[in-house]
Amino acid sequence: MATPLLQTRDLSMHFGGVKAVRNVNFSLAEGELRCLIGPNGAGKSTFFKMLTGQLEPTHGQVLFRGHDISRAHAHQIARLGIGIKTQVPSVFDGLSVRENIWLAASRIHSGEQARRLVDEMLERIGMTKAAEMIVGQLAHGQRQWVELGLVLSTDPELILLDEPAAGMTHEEVQKTAELVREINRTKALIVVEHDMQFIRMIAKQVTVFNQGSVLVEDNVDNIMRNPMVRDIYLGKQAAA
Amino acid sequence: MMLDVRGLCTGYGRIPILNGVDFTVEEGEFIGILGHNGMGKTTLLRALMGYLPATGGRVHFAGKDITTLEPYRRSRIGLGYVPQGREIFPGLSVLENLRMGCIERRDISEQEIIATVLDQFPRLKPLLDRAGSALSGGEQQLLAMARCLCGAPRLILLDEPTEGIQPSIIDEIVETLSRLRATSGLTMILVEQNLDFIAQLSQRILVIQKGRITQEVQPDALHNASLVGEFVGIAT
Amino acid sequence: MKARGYNMAGLALVGAIGLAFMFLTPRFAELDVVLDLTVYMIMAILALSLALIWGYGGILCFGQSAFFGLGAYTYAITMFNMGESTVPFLLAILLPAAFAALLGYFMFYGRISDVYLGVITLTVTLILFNSVNSTAGPEFHIGAARLGGFNGIPGIPPLNIPGNKGAVIDLEGMFYLCTGSLLLTYFGLRLLLASQFGRIIVGIRENERRAELLGYDPRAYKLATFTIGGALAGFAGCLFANWGNFVSPTIFGLSQSAQIIIWVIVGGRGTLIGPIVGCIGIQWLSAMLGANQPSGGSDLWSKIFANAPLILGSILIAFVLLVPKGLVPTLSDIVLSLFRRRQRQEQRGFEPQQAE
Repeated sequence: MATPLLQTRDLSMHFGGVKAVRNVNFSLAEGELRCLIGPNGAGKSTFFKMLTGQLEPTHGQVLFRGHDISRAHAHQIARLGIGIKTQVPSVFDGLSVRENIWLAASRIHSGEQARRLVDEMLERIGMTKAAEMIVGQLAHGQRQWVELGLVLSTDPELILLDEPAAGMTHEEVQKTAELVREINRTKALIVVEHDMQFIRMIAKQVTVFNQGSVLVEDNVDNIMRNPMVRDIYLGKQAAA
Repeated sequence: MMLDVRGLCTGYGRIPILNGVDFTVEEGEFIGILGHNGMGKTTLLRALMGYLPATGGRVHFAGKDITTLEPYRRSRIGLGYVPQGREIFPGLSVLENLRMGCIERRDISEQEIIATVLDQFPRLKPLLDRAGSALSGGEQQLLAMARCLCGAPRLILLDEPTEGIQPSIIDEIVETLSRLRATSGLTMILVEQNLDFIAQLSQRILVIQKGRITQEVQPDALHNASLVGEFVGIAT
Repeated sequence: MKARGYNMAGLALVGAIGLAFMFLTPRFAELDVVLDLTVYMIMAILALSLALIWGYGGILCFGQSAFFGLGAYTYAITMFNMGESTVPFLLAILLPAAFAALLGYFMFYGRISDVYLGVITLTVTLILFNSVNSTAGPEFHIGAARLGGFNGIPGIPPLNIPGNKGAVIDLEGMFYLCTGSLLLTYFGLRLLLASQFGRIIVGIRENERRAELLGYDPRAYKLATFTIGGALAGFAGCLFANWGNFVSPTIFGLSQSAQIIIWVIVGGRGTLIGPIVGCIGIQWLSAMLGANQPSGGSDLWSKIFANAPLILGSILIAFVLLVPKGLVPTLSDIVLSLFRRRQRQEQRGFEPQQAE
């Protein structure tokens, strides 16, 4: 059996008395797209933070291509090929859109090539006209696009998207879904989202988190019909 | 008339965002505001609350001209604001957050206010001692709304309350807000991207484009998402 | 691309003014004026060192004077021991740099956060002050150099042409050296900041977490920035020791550190010209108001108006409240808005559309 791209073994995070993530065993194959859903506070973002080195697990392991990255620094993990779009958009607010993208692109390329890639990325995220705007002055949804551009520019193998559709209009949500499907042609993704319409546009396999552990893993149709999941999370949405 | 906005203009430094916004809100109405990102939805709410100075136009609240009033004064006369991103006090407990919301109330005791508000938000009852930062996003949203209600506002400005909130709590929020409309005559201006949510709660919906209110639609018009794209969509 | 055009023109202007200033001043000014101007140049280099670390790097260092003083003292002590200035000159830059690297390593790799950085750097400079201040007796010496304690080290031999002990620098030569150094420092920093390294440290300042998540190690970049800043301050210190041929522990003092910060705040954080202007402006104003002591005059007017600390304190308060961005950024904003007013007639300025 091929080594999974990403694997966690008994991964746990305790903050004082609070067990935010509990013994999570998770596995993602090369090029797989997984959706991660669950109630607010279920531990999804904490899980992501452990995968990207922002938090050191209390115990357990994170393996990327078989290598233990549980205690690696965030910048090392980024260089290994994991990129993350965080729940609260994390961009360079005082700099222009172009400069933001450049900072990401220049980690991989230099000089003229970097500049070209920046132009291409600006086009891809629909920010060419806004390229010289200061990111801090953009609307929330636009900042999300900038962050997506940042993450894509470093060309990671595995992309973690934490609520990519937040603050987006319906058309932008569709555009994001298309982008996710397009990225998935060459890269693996784990997507956390609450927008069920968005999930339906992209999902195949879904992992449901609840209270720090994996509740159930199944394909998207079964998950939507699962009574436990409806109870703790979906509410009436499942009917839609 | 609860709120009367005429020709409101504002922006950030050299960049104008609102270019003459006109609309009115009657007492007890829930109106929704729809529009693409960057069109001025959040800017409008911030300007109504006084965080952005008006470079043109006037705002009247319950007959009084509040165009140049500072945010804290607007809050005192009955405007409540629940910003995008919640902004609850992370270092304070749920109870302390609610108590902060009661600060301007002189009419009845804090305990009574909080008890009444908690009845509307029962999910917060077991969480009173929890620190704000330890709450989940959905719980924080409920807290932000509850805290706002502690100040007994007559008009609430809600900025994208469902963003990042799980579907079952969104249902709860719809229920709670509908109940509040029915029982307490609360007036509300709601900015949202979630079409179902805005349709369920609003009596009418204003579309904002390039810093102006360009049309008004009925909630049923929102049920076909692709059509919505058309009328909210813009040609340059 | 228009911005780059302005940039080039601006740089050329600065270069032209700088060179003109450098070559014309000794011709037309009295020697004592040249002497005063020389120390302004030196202090401007010191201001630039903090402009780099704090303005661009976002590292609040309250003890930049530590490196300044180390540079001065290193030059003095080594010079007394060696008699020829090449090694002392180099050491005066390398030792503060090494010290900055060591201190920086503990602070940045220890993940010390902003406020505490300020506290630690301040404490370091105070420790240096107190230690050196108490080295007054003859038993305190490094080789042939007595540390001198609160008396300082007088009679520091000046720089000579490398290899030629006899060819010692004179007053005019010092002026050329210091002004030339300031110009080199300014353009060198401009180059550095336009490079990939420079743009990354600004990114780290803006959002360290995001820089990390993109794969940049912020600790290493901050360490490099801090070390370069330390080296620059040390260099300024060496020049200072040559200018006055004297150095004393007050160079490590709180007052000196605070002044550097004030220059950068008043001149404009996030620019290079700003701190230069702020530094020279405030230095000149202080000199005009009669050094750093309240004037000898006993009447109320002189007590207020010739009271340099009072005036300078008021200036700082006024700037922080009214001109928080600093002099140069505010002036450039005003100039730009005048240009833009013309453009605005044609352009309907609103936020960009969603590209569809």
